[in-house]
Amino acid sequence: MSYVTKSPWIIHYDGSSCNGCDIEVLACLTPMYDVERFGVINTGNPKHADIFLVTGSVNAQNISVVKQIYEQMPRPKVVVAVGICAASAGIFKECYNIIGGVDKAIPVDVYVPGCAARPEAIIDGVVKGLSVLEEKRKSLKEELAAETVKAGMDFKAEGEEREGA
Amino acid sequence: MSKRTVIPFGPQHPVLPEPVHLDLVIEDEKVVEAVPSIGFVHRGLEKLVEKREFPEMVYVIERICGICSFGHGWGYCRSVEGNMSIEIPDRAQFLRTIWHELSRIHSHLMWLGLLADAFGFESLFMHCWRVRETILDIFEETTGGRVIFSVCKVGGVRRDIDGEELKRIVDILAKLKDEIKKLADVFFDDYSVRNRLCGVGYLSKEDAKELCAVGPMARASGIRQDMRLDGHGAYPYLDFEPVLEEGGDSYARCKVRIREVFQSIELIAKAVKRIPVGEISAPVKGNPSGEFIARMEQPRGEAYYYSKGSGSKFLARMRVRTPTNMNIPAMVKTLQGCDLADVPMLILTIDPCISCTER
Repeated sequence: MSYVTKSPWIIHYDGSSCNGCDIEVLACLTPMYDVERFGVINTGNPKHADIFLVTGSVNAQNISVVKQIYEQMPRPKVVVAVGICAASAGIFKECYNIIGGVDKAIPVDVYVPGCAARPEAIIDGVVKGLSVLEEKRKSLKEELAAETVKAGMDFKAEGEEREGA
Repeated sequence: MSKRTVIPFGPQHPVLPEPVHLDLVIEDEKVVEAVPSIGFVHRGLEKLVEKREFPEMVYVIERICGICSFGHGWGYCRSVEGNMSIEIPDRAQFLRTIWHELSRIHSHLMWLGLLADAFGFESLFMHCWRVRETILDIFEETTGGRVIFSVCKVGGVRRDIDGEELKRIVDILAKLKDEIKKLADVFFDDYSVRNRLCGVGYLSKEDAKELCAVGPMARASGIRQDMRLDGHGAYPYLDFEPVLEEGGDSYARCKVRIREVFQSIELIAKAVKRIPVGEISAPVKGNPSGEFIARMEQPRGEAYYYSKGSGSKFLARMRVRTPTNMNIPAMVKTLQGCDLADVPMLILTIDPCISCTER
């Protein structure tokens, strides 16, 4: 992609990661990699966010938190699973308190491999997420337009019924 | 008396990348009580000793935490080596010490940045993290990894650093020292920084003792406690005195960590001067069968590693107690009576590592 048409805002949640991927996510925002120059902002509010970065796998305690954050985000939204733990639970797969990758809780659009995922890989994942976001935006727009037409038809039909009665 | 309100804090919140939940009981703007609840990142990795052979377990233990990962690996290796009475070559001890001290520098710089972010000084945050990248580059050159490097193994280390590279590291650190000095001046002298740190979150020496605070938290309240003094690794050859401050407030804790960064740079220079030539790992024969406790000074304080062998390739039990676990009571104490607006910063002053705590 030669240019970015949208500056996505990001929300980051640490599932049960070891911090390795979390500090790499933060490292993306700091001067060495500096994605903030493209307008990418790490926001704390799910309602402001376009892209949901999840590090670490889900467990019984945090599965509801992950779902809640996802549901609070406005559509269109993209989920990027950062690191091998978020993809498949990785080294902790056999731990008793691990349910599995993030896709056990919410639909995931982009998987970023690595333990810990490198900042370059995370940035690449977010850029991939952008094209998914664009597709989702288009389909959402069509869906909304169809809904509007349908709502209009319904209104018209109701009006005719009223007049008939 | 005004009305009491309970404000939930976390688990997802902008201050810390990690999930921690606190119920803050508020009276007007003052925090009366803070009730922490943890368990969002619990994985249960201690139980994995039953499924992983003891040399493989190092990889799992290193992933307790991605910030002090090397120290965890070393602590585990020490406890297993003690269990099997393996003598580690001196060069390996020095190399481990160098990597551990580099980890301390990177961890403290990271913390300084997060602290600056917590009190709203974003450019200072960026500068701390910019400087920290230099350390990560050294890690990458010497081990291949930026945050988790799996270079420590039972019996020694996997990679050697040659003499020229060691000299180069010392040169880089000497240059870095000037940059860190500039940052330190801001933390020490800036009016607005001092305004946020001085006198905030006071922890007396008695309280620190009573609540079993460890690491920089204890040292900032004047307790001389540093596990590096117990004579492991190359520390006996690098005569040093732990950094102590008497203030007990957030400013003192910040000061301890900044001074420790400079101390670590000195320790690395000393270690490079005195490193002997020789083997970097000892052969490992047989299986662990006894019990052994190793204590390490992590960037956040004392960590404790217990291993119990079963005579087979699988350990019978492995237990890790981490510094944040010990510092949470002290954190709750400092939160009582503070302003609501200071809560994020006070949580940060213990340098919490939740994934260590919950494992």
